[in-house]
Amino acid sequence: MKLGFPNLGLDEQNPDYKELERMEQEEVAERPKWDNKFQYLLTCIGFAVGLGNVWRFPYLCQIYGGGAFLIPYLIALVFEGLPLLYLELAIGQRLRMGSIGVWNSISPLLGGVGISSMLVSFLVGMFYNTILAWVLWYFFHSFQNPLPWSTCPVNENQTGYNRECEKSTPVNYFWYRETLNITPDIEASGCLQWWMVVCLATAWSVVFICFIRGIASMGKAVYVTATFPYLVLTIFLVQALTLPGATDGLTYLFTPDWEILKNPQVWLDAATQIFFSLSVAFGGLIAFSSYNAERNDCERDAILVGVINSATSLYASIPIFSILGFKATNGFNACRQENILTLTNHFEFSDQNITLENYDHWFQFLNHRNPDVVSNLSLRDCVLKTFLDQSASGTGLAFIVFTEAVLEMPGSQIWAILFFVMLFSLGLSSMFGNIEGILTPISDLKLIPKWIPNELVTGIICSICFLLALIFAQGSGNYWVEVFNSYVGSVPLLIIAFFEIIGVIYVHGMKNFSEDIYFMTGRRPNIFWKACWMVISPLMLLVVLVAYVVVQAQTYPTYHTWNPDYDQFPKTEVKSYPDWVFAIIVLLCVVPVVSIPLVALYKLIRSRTTSSTQVELNPYWNEGFEVEVRSVLTSS
Amino acid sequence: MLKRIFLVICFLVICLPSALAAQLCIPNAPEACQVRLSIKTALGEKAYEWNEHEKFLFRAAMAFAMRKHKEQEFSLSDIILCNETVRVSFWFVVTSPLNPSVLVERKDIEKAVSKFRHRINGAFLLSDTTLEFVNIYPTLAAPVVPNTPPWLIVFGVVIGLIGAGIVFLLTSTIVQKRRKKQQKAEEGDEDIEELEAKTVENGSTSEGVYNTTFSDDDRFTQM
Repeated sequence: MKLGFPNLGLDEQNPDYKELERMEQEEVAERPKWDNKFQYLLTCIGFAVGLGNVWRFPYLCQIYGGGAFLIPYLIALVFEGLPLLYLELAIGQRLRMGSIGVWNSISPLLGGVGISSMLVSFLVGMFYNTILAWVLWYFFHSFQNPLPWSTCPVNENQTGYNRECEKSTPVNYFWYRETLNITPDIEASGCLQWWMVVCLATAWSVVFICFIRGIASMGKAVYVTATFPYLVLTIFLVQALTLPGATDGLTYLFTPDWEILKNPQVWLDAATQIFFSLSVAFGGLIAFSSYNAERNDCERDAILVGVINSATSLYASIPIFSILGFKATNGFNACRQENILTLTNHFEFSDQNITLENYDHWFQFLNHRNPDVVSNLSLRDCVLKTFLDQSASGTGLAFIVFTEAVLEMPGSQIWAILFFVMLFSLGLSSMFGNIEGILTPISDLKLIPKWIPNELVTGIICSICFLLALIFAQGSGNYWVEVFNSYVGSVPLLIIAFFEIIGVIYVHGMKNFSEDIYFMTGRRPNIFWKACWMVISPLMLLVVLVAYVVVQAQTYPTYHTWNPDYDQFPKTEVKSYPDWVFAIIVLLCVVPVVSIPLVALYKLIRSRTTSSTQVELNPYWNEGFEVEVRSVLTSS
Repeated sequence: MLKRIFLVICFLVICLPSALAAQLCIPNAPEACQVRLSIKTALGEKAYEWNEHEKFLFRAAMAFAMRKHKEQEFSLSDIILCNETVRVSFWFVVTSPLNPSVLVERKDIEKAVSKFRHRINGAFLLSDTTLEFVNIYPTLAAPVVPNTPPWLIVFGVVIGLIGAGIVFLLTSTIVQKRRKKQQKAEEGDEDIEELEAKTVENGSTSEGVYNTTFSDDDRFTQM
């Protein structure tokens, strides 16, 4: 029987029954989904909230005049952080692909941005998991009584303590010698420390088991890893506020020093802190939002994630600084007790005649009466501020300062275990984002043949990362982590973010992007977002990038080394990086971002040589409709 | 007269030893040791008063330590204390039991104190830091080294759990995939049968259902 319509050859164009079913199943099976919205939000928050919120933000707050630092920080959040976050979440949700696919869709010339994101995620994932291995090592050692970092080990003939430990402190010794077995400088590689290899293997196994079923397993793991840190922070907050000296620490942290706002370095650090804290430009956020339903309010998600990230930083700084205040007070009291003992012994006063309360009074009296005698006694100069100033950031805060504070709390083992599990959860949820930033582009690029199961791909990636991360298990491993941390996780990300924003707003077009957002959320972005995306954020990013590069380029890069033979030991010796390390640093900065111009050039050259007509680079141009449009125009 | 002489002799007999003793115990002498006690620091409210009885206990404890170390019969009178202060610090010397005018060498006293420090500390409820023998350093406690480091035990537990988890998840994934394949194979057979039935139907036009809606007259629907 013939049907009435003229056959436009649709039979060949339309897929037949079998093909349709295959396509349907493929689409459903191909793109995984989040179980619910809460899981997605927790994953994004977990990715954004990482170790930096706990050990970098409180340090910056302290050195940049406490409460006053919040001003540049919040300005940077509103004008730089939130727009970038919203942009990434929106573009991932609309185009429903990982970072490489998204940038290829926007413009083939921008495909390099996705490759850069993937490379940066890979390099950062390598050294970030090493920090988690260190956390695991401390966690394993927290089950002993007394804690191993509380006393120095005894030397061979038991006449005294180990020399290196005596000159520094037991906590320093445990970190530098027993954990890292650090070499005096980066050139001496030392050998592979087997205990570090074991901890690294454990860390990578944990990452593997969480990713074994893709986001189905990772989404379940994130319920624990993203919420547990908040629980522990609350417990620490309650306990820390009861410790003596907590209020000293808090007032020291939050007392604003408004003069500091005149220093441009503060604004630069605030902008970089917000940027790195939100984990944009890794490609992980794009991957996460690509698993969303198409119609999802990503504006609200972005604001929520950004605000929660900053709120967590603030919330974490309260117990951290209470505990640092407690530690400083203890140090101050110990200093004064030493002086009291010296005075009591010398002047033969009755025991406990001079106490901490009346020490100042006694000291003034004795100094007034016999100043020569008192000055000959070489009493220590005890000032609380000096102890409060001994702050640290990064691994120094977690593994040296905090572990020392934990020793003085009742029930040290429990606090140590809680602290290290919290650090591990924080780091693990950030690792999820890094690994997702590697896995999703690989699966989107369809590089892997279908018969290889996803679990095997995940396992291979984890194994490759583990083998490469063995550099960090050497004696000089800590120095290499510093190199990676300072140079991979900084300049390349700024460059990628800059190209992201330019690519979406100027290549894809603000109008198209507004339409996409209207399609997804039901309303167009308001004037604030448009102003930020088009002018403010790219400008801020450019200024931050240039300022950062200028500041870095002003001095030859140096690093701190732990050298027991140094004459001013236990102070760390500052050395400059040797030439070959400097070359590696330059490579680390350049290689991730070199793919942006390379891919653009490659695509341009290929388009010029393959077709005589200029290739239309507008992705909305669809060749299929051109013929019909022309025929309609000519026939009617 | 005789009474007076008797009294003088008695006086000398009683005072001479202490005078002699006072001469023997000189602070900062090479054979003298200084001791400092911080009783209030150690015991707080339960601190006892330093008096003659406590001094007696100290002399007994030191005599005990010297006895055990040198294996000679030291007695209370061989330990001589002097220069006491409110700090509670004093100097002491040890005389040899064989000859009361000869002092025992400092290094012997040091060895005796080091060996039996914990006994002396225990007698006074004090510790190495609160009962200080100046310039005699306490020997450090030998660290307790267990056969297996405790951290390896924790590590073993953790890695065991992870390994078990990985094996479990991988096997359950494989089992699920096999089940899906079997289901697909069964469904696939049914589809093929249906298609075959349809082609058989469409093959014979006379048996097909004639759709009267579209008649031959209207080859092209009116636009």
